[in-house]
This record gives sequence, structure tokens and C-alpha cells, in this order.
Amino acid sequence: MTRVALFITCVNDALFPETPKAVVRILERLGYDVDFPAAQTCCGQMHANSGFKKDATRLARDFDDVFGGYDAIVTPSGSCAAMARDQYPHLTGSDIGKRVHELSEFLVDVAGVEDVGAHFPHTVTYHPTCHGTRALGLGDKPLRLLRAVGGIDLVDLPAADQCCGFGGTFALKNAEVSTAMLADKCANAAATSAEYLAAADNSCLTHIGGGISRTGGPRPIHYAEILASTA
Amino acid sequence: MSDLVPAASLIPAGAPFPKAAKVALGMPQLRRNLAHATGTIRAKRAKVAGELDDWEALRDTAAAVKANVQRRLPELAVRFEENATAAGAVVHWARDAAEANRIAARLVREAGAEEVVKVKSMATQEIELNEHFEAEGLRAFETDLAELIVQLAEDKPSHILVPAIHYNRTEIRDIFSQRMGDAPAGLTDDPAALAEAARLHLRRRFLSSTVAVSGANFAVAETGSLVVVESEGNGRMCLTMPETLISIVGIEKLLPDFADLEVFMQLLPRSSTGERMNPYTSVWTGVQDGDGPQHVHIILLDNGRTGVLADEVGRQALSCIRCSACLNVCPVYERTGGHAYGHVYPGPIGAILAPQLEPGRHDDLPYASSLCGACYEVCPVKINIPEVLVHLRQQGPHGAGERAAMGAAEAVMARPRLWRTALRLARLGSMPWRRKGFVRRMPWPASRWTASRDLPVPPKESFRDWWKEREK
Repeated sequence: MTRVALFITCVNDALFPETPKAVVRILERLGYDVDFPAAQTCCGQMHANSGFKKDATRLARDFDDVFGGYDAIVTPSGSCAAMARDQYPHLTGSDIGKRVHELSEFLVDVAGVEDVGAHFPHTVTYHPTCHGTRALGLGDKPLRLLRAVGGIDLVDLPAADQCCGFGGTFALKNAEVSTAMLADKCANAAATSAEYLAAADNSCLTHIGGGISRTGGPRPIHYAEILASTA
Repeated sequence: MSDLVPAASLIPAGAPFPKAAKVALGMPQLRRNLAHATGTIRAKRAKVAGELDDWEALRDTAAAVKANVQRRLPELAVRFEENATAAGAVVHWARDAAEANRIAARLVREAGAEEVVKVKSMATQEIELNEHFEAEGLRAFETDLAELIVQLAEDKPSHILVPAIHYNRTEIRDIFSQRMGDAPAGLTDDPAALAEAARLHLRRRFLSSTVAVSGANFAVAETGSLVVVESEGNGRMCLTMPETLISIVGIEKLLPDFADLEVFMQLLPRSSTGERMNPYTSVWTGVQDGDGPQHVHIILLDNGRTGVLADEVGRQALSCIRCSACLNVCPVYERTGGHAYGHVYPGPIGAILAPQLEPGRHDDLPYASSLCGACYEVCPVKINIPEVLVHLRQQGPHGAGERAAMGAAEAVMARPRLWRTALRLARLGSMPWRRKGFVRRMPWPASRWTASRDLPVPPKESFRDWWKEREK
């Protein structure tokens, strides 16, 4: 059995246990031996993108210490995977990012599967998060996985490629612009009448969900939780 | 009809971006105008860029040519000077805006003129040539339609390519009627009628001016030629009719060889106006006997550029060809417009160019981005704008409060046991703020979040607890 390490990310560690649980279920269903190194904390993205290079560098080194011994590290976050791949070489000179795979990359490119045997009889719309799509180049991999889910009704999200306005500390430093972007994203999500809004990053979903809980619309869900659902 | 208020004057001068943006967000007409205009150009660009099979190869080539120029800038600048001089042009060097303005004003006086017509030029906006001329008792008349609108409104450009993007046609009709002097009575907001009024107004200027001022899109070192790319033909009039032509050109505009234009002339029109080809491309090399301007001056402008060149990550900003594709796709620019940036170069490119051209100023601009990366995706010369934004954030100063918060977060995250304790405490800590399953209102600074969004409550059972339980 191939061993893979799970990097759950700090956001999921703090707020969304169901997402990493879902990743464990999917990977185990496909026959992988999942390891959860308990010393993991944060990839350092918030520090790096907010301009705190030293702090980010220390956290990047810790990441290397925790995950250095694994050939494959799977994470349910496009932006954390992009952090390791794009920024670690500049911060620590480490190329560990090449072994960090966002879930859909691992499933489609490494495991070579699109149908993971899931069943989810609901209407779902999908928001391609910016870092996953643009920095990591996920393309339609998460969508291909979702299309193979039994019973799912996938509907298009209008202006899907538009940023939701999260952007890490951008949401605080430029709260008004961020909120204006969020309002459009929420309106587009609500216009789909879907039951769920799926994405590859719970940080973005926290933002969109935080708006939707006030204005109404589909329930935010990480697409891993859809892939983990069975009939 | 209301009195005209220049849009730029509504943004408090020198206000930091978040504050300026908040003001701009409160202007519904501005937001409608911007969303409509950027949306239209965005779609046109995507269509015509998508037509070329070798679009990505063109982008790679353009990026490589520009990187090469940046490595060889001193050599190319001297070669350009030699070849332009040999062709009859007079080349001047300007360290900064003040020097460029002084040279330009002197040249106008030496030509015996007090007025000039202008081709749309970002370099002259950057050095505030019009304002300087006015202070010197000279007058500069913009001849690009949108620049004319902005000048008549006594406003500032809010976009690199379409500086009057923040006005709709009704507002433009009002500006013409009140400010143009020779606007026809009963002018409607029909685009053709507005264009005709501007044409008649400008024609008189073209015929009476003896000096023109331009910028240049490209300066070819191999031949000493300058290139201006435009749509309206006003540029061609300015570049051919007057006796004296003064061109102010940033040194980053250099290209090694004439053949390099082949790449950029495919990328620029498609990226900027969403056209396969722009209507007018003017190329001139020094003086042609009896044809066109007989006195050709070129002012090569540094104004902070060599400082940018010294930064190995930041210097890619000098590759910019001012197409404004990044502005048109930027979700931040689309909502705030250009004036909020407080600099002549707004949008994503401005956010990396302004703080580098004027070190110590505009430190707020690298944060005026969610790092969504839409700008990098469309940039015809592949400037990795998100990379430079993060780089500049890492160079810039940070407030004491943020430093303390980030330091504390790192200290916890660097100690796994402390991190686990902090996560448990987070659930307890959220208790006073919970309402119906969400954290809905928190004190400052978390209120910056909860003012417009809820937060989920930290879960009863963490992933770690679940994992530990199943490992038993």
C-alpha cells in the first residue's frame, strides 16, 4: 500500500474537520495508507503574503522537517499547495512543493482516477478558487472529479472565474473592496439556486459562506466532502 | 445639468488606498461605468487573444526580449542615441521629472511657441508636463479624445488606455457643452455627435500648432526609431504636421531590434483595445528632409527607472507596455477605478510600479490586491504581478500592531503543542460572540471581518481528536 502524508492546513485544523476527514476516506477507499504527522501547523502563507518573510521562512522550514520524509503529501487546499510550490524555493530553497499535491491533482495525475465512487444527489455549483486555478493550474481537475459523482446535478456559476474577495489579510486591510467583491460572488451563487457551492479551498469558502449566511444562497462545501459521500 | 465636479477631486488627496477606495465604492454611477467598460474590453481582449495559436509563445518571447533589454539597458540606450542622432534627431537625457519638464519647456520656447498639441502619453502624465507648462506660462492641449475629455473636466486620468473610463457619454456631453467653447449648440450624447464635436475642435488646434509633444510605445536601438501606436489619428496629425516634435520616452521603452516590433505589434493592440490591429502606427527616425517635423527632439527619461532596475524581482515591472489588460481584469480596479490608487499608473501594474518609481511612497498599494492572479494571466509580457506584490510587501514597513499579531501567530504555529492548545481555546474564546451557529460580531480588529461576514464556530471535535480516536 502506498503511503501518503496528509497536510490538513491550519484553517481546516481550526474550523473544518470534516474536510480532512473526507480526504482520509477518499484516499483509503482508493487503497492508500494515510499518515497524519501531528506536528504540522501552517504552511506560512499568511505570513509570506502579508510581507512577514522571516516568520514565513521559519514555518516553511518546519513544514520541511515535518513532511520531508514523505514522497507524496496531499492537501485539500489549492492555495497552500501553491504556497509550497511557488514560494518555498525563494524562502528556503526547498523543492518539497513538487511533492505537495492538491487533492484533485493527486487523484487525477498521480492516482489516475476521476471516478472515486462517490454519490451525492444534490444540485452543486463550483467556484474555481484563484490560487488553485491560476497559481497551481488545477484547470478542470476538481470539476472532472465532480462530474463523475453519482446523482450530482452540476450547474454553472456565473462569472465563476472572479475572485470572491478573500485574499487573506486583504479581507481585513481592504475590507470594503473585499466586501464589494464578495457581494457579487454571493449574488451569482444565489442566482444558481444550487443547494451547495463547492470549492477547493475552505479559506475562500469561509469568506463566501460568511456572506451567504447573511444574504442567503447555497451552502458552502469543500468538494472533498462531496467526493467522500457514498450512496 | 449639474456643475462639473472633477471625479478625481472627490477622492481625498494623498488618502491611503483603503480610504480612497471606500470613497470610490460609494459612487454608484462610477461603479456602473467601470463595470460596463472593463467588462466590454475584457471580453474583446479574451476573444482576439484566443484567436492566435501562438499567443503563449508570443508572450514568452516578449518577456524574454524585455528581460534582455533590462540586462543591456545602458548599452541599448547609447546605441539608440547614436542612431537617432545620426538620423538627425537631438537626444536629451533627463534624470527625473523636473529635468525632463525643464528641457521640454526650453525646447518649446526655442521653437518660438507658447502652445503645443499632445499625443496621448503616460510618460508626460507621469512627469506632470501639462501642469509644469502651465506654471511656466505655456499651454499643452491634449488631442486624444479621452485625454481631451479629462483635460476639459480639469480631472485626472483614471485608466492607462482609456483615461475617461469613469465617465459615461451623458457626462461627456455635459463636459463638452460646458467646457469646450466651440461645442455645437444642442449637442446630444450620441457617440458620433460627440466625436464630431471633438474632431472639429481638435482640427483647429492641429492646423495652428507648430510644436507637438509625444511619448513613444517603443524606441528601437538598432535604427534610432520611435513608434507610436494609436487609434484615433490624432497622434499621426501631431507627429507629422508641426515643425517641431518633442518626444519624452522612458528608457524602459527600448527594444534592441526593429524585428522585435513584430512580436509587440501582435500583443499590444489585442491586449489593450481588443483589436487585431490598431488603426494608426507611426514610426519615425530622426528628420526627413522636407517631410514631417524638421526639428526632432527625444528626451530619454529615467525618473526612478534605474532604481527599479536594481531590484531583481521588482524590475519585471519595467517590461510593461502600458496595454492595461491587467486593469481591465482586476476585480479591485473594476470596483474602485483608477483615482483611488493616487498615482498616474493605477491597477495591478500601478500597485507594483508606483511604489518602486517613488520609493517610500505608495506603500499601501502592494496590499490593494487579493493576489487573485487574473493580471498575470492576461499580461502580454508575462509580468508576474502577484509575485512582485508579495515581494514588495516583504520589503515594505509594517505597523506595530500587525507586527505583534503576526509574530504571536508565528510563535504559536512554530510550537505544535501550543498550536493544539490555541485551537482548543479558540472554541471557548468564540463563545461570547456566537449567535445561531455563527460568530457574528467581534470587537476590533476582528470586526473588520464580521462587519460584513460571519465566521464558523470552531468545532467540538477537531480532526486531531477524530484521528487519535481511530488510531486507538
